[in-house]
Amino acid sequence: MNRIEATNDFVVKFANVNGSGSASANELFAKAVLRMGVPVAPRNIFPSNIQGLPTWYEVRVTEAGWLGRRGGIDMMVAMNPQTWAQDVAEVEPGGYLFYDSTRPMPASAFRPDINVIGMPVTAICNATYEDPRQRTLFKNIMVLGALSVLMDIDPTVIEQLFGEQYRGKERLLESNVRALNAGRSFAKDHLQGIGLKVRRADKVGDRIFVEGNAAAALGCVYGGATVCAWYPITPSSSVAEAFEKYCQKFRVDPATGEHHYAIVQAEDEIASIGMVTGAGWNGARAFTATSGPGVSLMTEFIGLAYFAEIPVTIINVQRGGPSTGMPTRTQQADLLACAYASHGDTKHVLLLPQDPGECFSMAADALDLADRLQTPVFLMTDLDIGMNQRLCEPFQWQAGREYDRGKVMTAEQLDAGKEFARYKDVDGDGIPWRTYPATHASKGAYFTRGTTRNPQAAYSEAGPDYLYNVQRLLKKFATAATIVPQPVVRTAAKKSRLGVLYFGSTAPAMDEALTALSAAGIHLDAMRLRAFPFPDSVNDFIASHDHVFVVEQNRDAQMRSLLINELEIDPAWLIKVLHYDGTPITARFITQTITEHVHALAVAPRRERIHG
Amino acid sequence: MTYIAKPTLHHPTLTRNKVGYTRRDYEGKVSTLCAGCGHDSISAAIVQACWSLDIAPHRVAKLSGIGCSSKTPDYFLGASHGFNTVHGRMPSVLTGANLANRELLYMGVSGDGDSASIGLGQFAHAMRRGVRMVYIVENNGVYGLTKGQFSATADRGSKSKKGAVNNDNPVDMVGMALQLGATYVARGFSGDKGQLVPLIEGAIRHGGAAFIDVISPCVAFNNHAGSTRSYDHVRAHNEAVSRIDFIDLAPEIHADPAPGEVILLPQPDGSQMRLRKLDAGHDPTDRVAAMHHLQTLQSRGEVVTGLLYVDPEAQDLHAALNTTSRPLNTLNAAELCPGPAALAKLNASLR
Repeated sequence: MNRIEATNDFVVKFANVNGSGSASANELFAKAVLRMGVPVAPRNIFPSNIQGLPTWYEVRVTEAGWLGRRGGIDMMVAMNPQTWAQDVAEVEPGGYLFYDSTRPMPASAFRPDINVIGMPVTAICNATYEDPRQRTLFKNIMVLGALSVLMDIDPTVIEQLFGEQYRGKERLLESNVRALNAGRSFAKDHLQGIGLKVRRADKVGDRIFVEGNAAAALGCVYGGATVCAWYPITPSSSVAEAFEKYCQKFRVDPATGEHHYAIVQAEDEIASIGMVTGAGWNGARAFTATSGPGVSLMTEFIGLAYFAEIPVTIINVQRGGPSTGMPTRTQQADLLACAYASHGDTKHVLLLPQDPGECFSMAADALDLADRLQTPVFLMTDLDIGMNQRLCEPFQWQAGREYDRGKVMTAEQLDAGKEFARYKDVDGDGIPWRTYPATHASKGAYFTRGTTRNPQAAYSEAGPDYLYNVQRLLKKFATAATIVPQPVVRTAAKKSRLGVLYFGSTAPAMDEALTALSAAGIHLDAMRLRAFPFPDSVNDFIASHDHVFVVEQNRDAQMRSLLINELEIDPAWLIKVLHYDGTPITARFITQTITEHVHALAVAPRRERIHG
Repeated sequence: MTYIAKPTLHHPTLTRNKVGYTRRDYEGKVSTLCAGCGHDSISAAIVQACWSLDIAPHRVAKLSGIGCSSKTPDYFLGASHGFNTVHGRMPSVLTGANLANRELLYMGVSGDGDSASIGLGQFAHAMRRGVRMVYIVENNGVYGLTKGQFSATADRGSKSKKGAVNNDNPVDMVGMALQLGATYVARGFSGDKGQLVPLIEGAIRHGGAAFIDVISPCVAFNNHAGSTRSYDHVRAHNEAVSRIDFIDLAPEIHADPAPGEVILLPQPDGSQMRLRKLDAGHDPTDRVAAMHHLQTLQSRGEVVTGLLYVDPEAQDLHAALNTTSRPLNTLNAAELCPGPAALAKLNASLR
């Protein structure tokens, strides 16, 4: 039989039952490989459930550093009888099936083209432990022990991780080490070697391993957010929870114990965004974290904040939509809903982080931009980045960085006779000046409203006042395009008439696909979009290529629609590459799809350009 | 409404309060509400209360939702920042504003449509959280701005101007506020300034969530036969009937009943709204007694007015969250940002 032989380049998937303690054992596996200097990219595939339903953890071991989902499973650790058939079917031919052989399985339950490794884990656990809880928990650790033998993972690395995890809890530490060694002994005595190996390398460097939601929360702490109002929703809840954790660490006055932050779990998303709007109006940096259904509820307030010009930061950890959709799967399908959220003519700033590193930096940037632009700013992350640990560059913060609070008029400026007209464009960038409440005893007060107003903030439904205001908002949006994070261009090794646009969590799969395509002779210039509105460079990039692929994770090619709509691009110019089944996009998918298109284009007549 | 702008020059003999302001300094723009609207009397009561408590106008933030009542913050305290937010969502915006700067006085103005229908949830949760605020509901049982639909506080069996009968039970916001843990609960009547001004003053002084339901009859849409909120001719001095355009307005009623006394608001169909002023013997620090009293009077068909309940020791959301005594909106990067050294340590823990 064929046997997959691979060192530092394979995918293992753990099939578990939710709530069985598998998550921490799986994470230990990933971290152990990481500690051996080999990059890993793990992904949780979990149901909307607390206990009992199937859950998977897919780890890509990748010395080459490809952090996107690869697709295909080289080894399945099948610990869940409920999903057995599906798990067995998923293994690549020549791959490996590791399973709990306590209960005999009929031959028909297996496949002839895969390598089967049976370990009676339950039996061993039951013989070793009395307590049912321990039997379940240590089962996972024993499996880890066996895998470490099969794959040559250094056990001292795992023991070191135990030591960090159970610092001060000697009893727990010891029992975990014992379970690990029990698994190792069994594997040494009874199991045959496999072709998947981990070999020490030096490819991790100083990178960190962190979830995007925690990173975004930390970005809000560093970026000076003092008010967080939120409502629990998968996959964003851990943003607010991490914010609280980091605030407890960094924002408690050591002398008084008082908090330099306020977190309110609101009654719903409407109240969350209302509180953020109130705090932003009153000069505190505030944010909320939510997902698609939450954004739908918030849209009335988003329109108010846009029109009344109030800084608001919204972290949208996107999941599969529409409606309740796929709450525990990933998509980039809220682009249009967020870019144009609310009734009337509205447009909003979107930031598009590619990994936890950018979740951190862009969360802080979003707070600055919201203040500078006096408008809602969305941080458009997703479940793939948000709820999975991802290897990324260490967080960085420039010493002495100040917060950009934007155009806030002070009492001194008012006393000095500076004109204050809340909605007047005095600087030519479309951004007016504002005052915080209680700035001055007699100057600078104004009435904020969602109704139309004149430049002095007085109620007015006069056509010219309305036009002045909404056209100024457009000018402000043009200003935004120049100060948001700019796109990153990666030029092909050879001059190319083809380009590709991508963004967000697609980035690691795209990096890998570009290398694969280039190896196959398909050269593309690539631009990673990092924000909406689009700066001129996006238009220039599209204009300088005959065909531009737009790779995104939604059904309706929403980014492509935004490009067509905002830049008035001929739709034929932009070719859709769409992945939207809820699983993270893979390099294999991108490579295959683009290759097919390129072959089709090669035989098609060259397109006449429409010059604008 | 009138279109004549108020003169900005004040008469030099006007009395100044301890912080140097006259009553006129607490006024806002000219009201655009119907002549005789009870809401304008409430605005006047707010002006009076803020002036007599020596509150500098700019230290007040006034927030509202959407509706006739929610327009009123434009008509008082013109030197204060105001925020006319989203229908039914004033409480959340006020909560956020309060979190940003705990030092200001937050005046939340809402109506029965705004707070008892679309905003019932936010009303309830603001009370639960104990956000320090003066929450005034200008309650007329009707949607004025959209021309006379029932609100959720309209009494069962009452008739709209178009003849529809309300079959739904009314929401009693005072009862709800008591149940939800508001620490200052009162009901006033827009026509009884003598009672209303002290109620607002008490609410301003209060350390937690203060709720005042103010019965404020609509002169345009709730003064017809069948309405239980119309106020026809109760007192001899209410003779004049204003007419503006085609809106047939009822006169505004003023009354100054003694404690324990009932004001009758007789309806053209023969029914009466009975506003019973709390008597001097009521112990306002007993929540259970307040709820009991409210229900007892309600079963007799009476609506109680006065200060029903107050917790003199009340604390607010900031106390619960243990936030710094300084306004959060004054903290700077040096105080909020942990800096690069802490980040380096954190990075190290993530490897």
